Amino acid sequence: MSWFKRITSGINTQTSQKKEVPDGLWFKCKKCRFTGTQKELSDKLFVCPSCGTHYSLSAQQYFELLFDEEKFEELFNNIEPEDFLQFSDLRSYKTRIAEATEKTGLKDAVRVGKGTLEKQAVVIVAMDFGFIGGSMGSVVGEKIALAIDYCIKHKLPLIIISKSGGARMMESAFSLMQMAKTAAKLTQLAEAQLPYISLLTDPTTGGVTASYAMLGDVNLAEPNALIAFAGPRVVKETIKKDLPPGFQRSEFLLEKGFLDRVVPRQKLKAELGQILSFFAH
Amino acid sequence: MSKLFLDFEKPIEDIYVQIEKVQKLGETQRVDVSEQVALLEAQIETTTQKIYADLNGWQRVQLSRHPERPYTLFYINELCKGDFLELYGDRCHGDDKAMVGGFGNLDGQTVMFIGQQKGTTAKTRQYRNFGMPNPEGYRKALRLMKLAEKFNKPIVTFIDTPGAFPGIEAEERGQAEAIARNLFEMLRLKVPIICVIIGEGASGGALGIGIGDRLLMMENTWFSVISPESCSSILWRSWDFKETAAEQLQLTAEHMKKYGIVDAIIPEPLGGANRNPTLAAEIVKKYLLEHLQQVQKEKPQARLQKRIEHYASIGHFKTSS
Repeated sequence: MSWFKRITSGINTQTSQKKEVPDGLWFKCKKCRFTGTQKELSDKLFVCPSCGTHYSLSAQQYFELLFDEEKFEELFNNIEPEDFLQFSDLRSYKTRIAEATEKTGLKDAVRVGKGTLEKQAVVIVAMDFGFIGGSMGSVVGEKIALAIDYCIKHKLPLIIISKSGGARMMESAFSLMQMAKTAAKLTQLAEAQLPYISLLTDPTTGGVTASYAMLGDVNLAEPNALIAFAGPRVVKETIKKDLPPGFQRSEFLLEKGFLDRVVPRQKLKAELGQILSFFAH
Repeated sequence: MSKLFLDFEKPIEDIYVQIEKVQKLGETQRVDVSEQVALLEAQIETTTQKIYADLNGWQRVQLSRHPERPYTLFYINELCKGDFLELYGDRCHGDDKAMVGGFGNLDGQTVMFIGQQKGTTAKTRQYRNFGMPNPEGYRKALRLMKLAEKFNKPIVTFIDTPGAFPGIEAEERGQAEAIARNLFEMLRLKVPIICVIIGEGASGGALGIGIGDRLLMMENTWFSVISPESCSSILWRSWDFKETAAEQLQLTAEHMKKYGIVDAIIPEPLGGANRNPTLAAEIVKKYLLEHLQQVQKEKPQARLQKRIEHYASIGHFKTSS
């Protein structure tokens, strides 16, 4: 039994009196249902002000967050994917590339930027989940390879921000071999004694985790990011049991010894700056 | 007949059945059937040749998983004529039964052999975890490879895995880190490394012991970023497209050779390695010795340089101006 009774039915507000609320002005946290303005959220670097859930950032947003005065030079933006195997499932790989390019305005799942972070010159490679699930194909491998060559040539440290569903199936063995390719280039970076900081963000899985993402001199992660070799669904299917809470999340990996630190986004730039400066002095 | 036949081998099986019938007839009727039997046996040969001349991707996948196919320890023991000593454990967590390794004597020279191992009976298949290593398997492999490097012994790895194990403890103990570490370290090992795909070459689990100066692939094996079944379930959202997925993934030895990912295809006895494992091992040995000799001639520094440059050059993309 409710306290109030509706006496007239239907919506009585005139269309002309309707208040227009522009799309994207408000946000509602998926986890704690906190409601606030989009501006509030972006001021907090897309971390929920109430529960601290870290929302996904694009490569562009990471560049703006980390490079001083949001200034950076984009490198190797001329590398584009090629459907070498003419792969086709329900849709052709060509179509998928075209759709992803149109949706994101990107050429592939990774971007490379050069600039300064807390006044220290650095190359940042950032992955973009929007482009075919941030999957690693030949372009991702090649851009990382070129970024490493650039670091070696200019004696710069490297930061890679991983966010990926793993290797890109549509490039079959070529995408698998990008694991070897990126690892091979990292041996050269190591040989040149240049630091490599790996930042793992939600989600980082499969071939990306099992290659460059886990090979940082320092491995960092954003809070509560899913970090795995086999994704939770696959693990669950294998063991036919429910997974423990927090399984394969950043804090879990920190506890198991596979991360150096879990860093909240508000502190990310400062900590990266501190680490770079430890290597530099 | 104890032989197992795959679905596409049905015409061969039919002839075997016919032979049996004829022989039985010969026994009961006491007539000489040797001529007919010989004729049918010749037919087996030609039919097998015909079928095996043109196998598709999925058929190769089926052959790579043939339950009578020889596995790593069989090859090692054949190659070393039994002069092999298995070494266990990763010195951190435990001993992984899905990954074996140890020193062996290959024609007078000591070689570190490493490989994924599958079981041959229901019980041992489980014991070997179906050839799916845990992180300690990859760490054991790396420990043994470092041991080989210390005493300047070449390394031979045999790849045969449906993938690294996707279990809860495997994730806890850092499956991804273990594989990533192996890639990185294998790229830097100063001794020659020859990798041979003898069965299934699935994804990161295969690559975790698959970095070297040569990658050889037996005729009826496959190498891919994902198994055709999983690919079908993800991209086609159904398990029913495994054959199509196998074609699309272009995962056969022929493809890999064409794309420059493997250096050589090791031929198998007619009907697959399972029909004549000893002969298969002999052929593997011939190829191994040949390639080992080639890479051993190179200076360590040059060899390493070549290894890294090879991997760094893999990929297909467009460069716009």
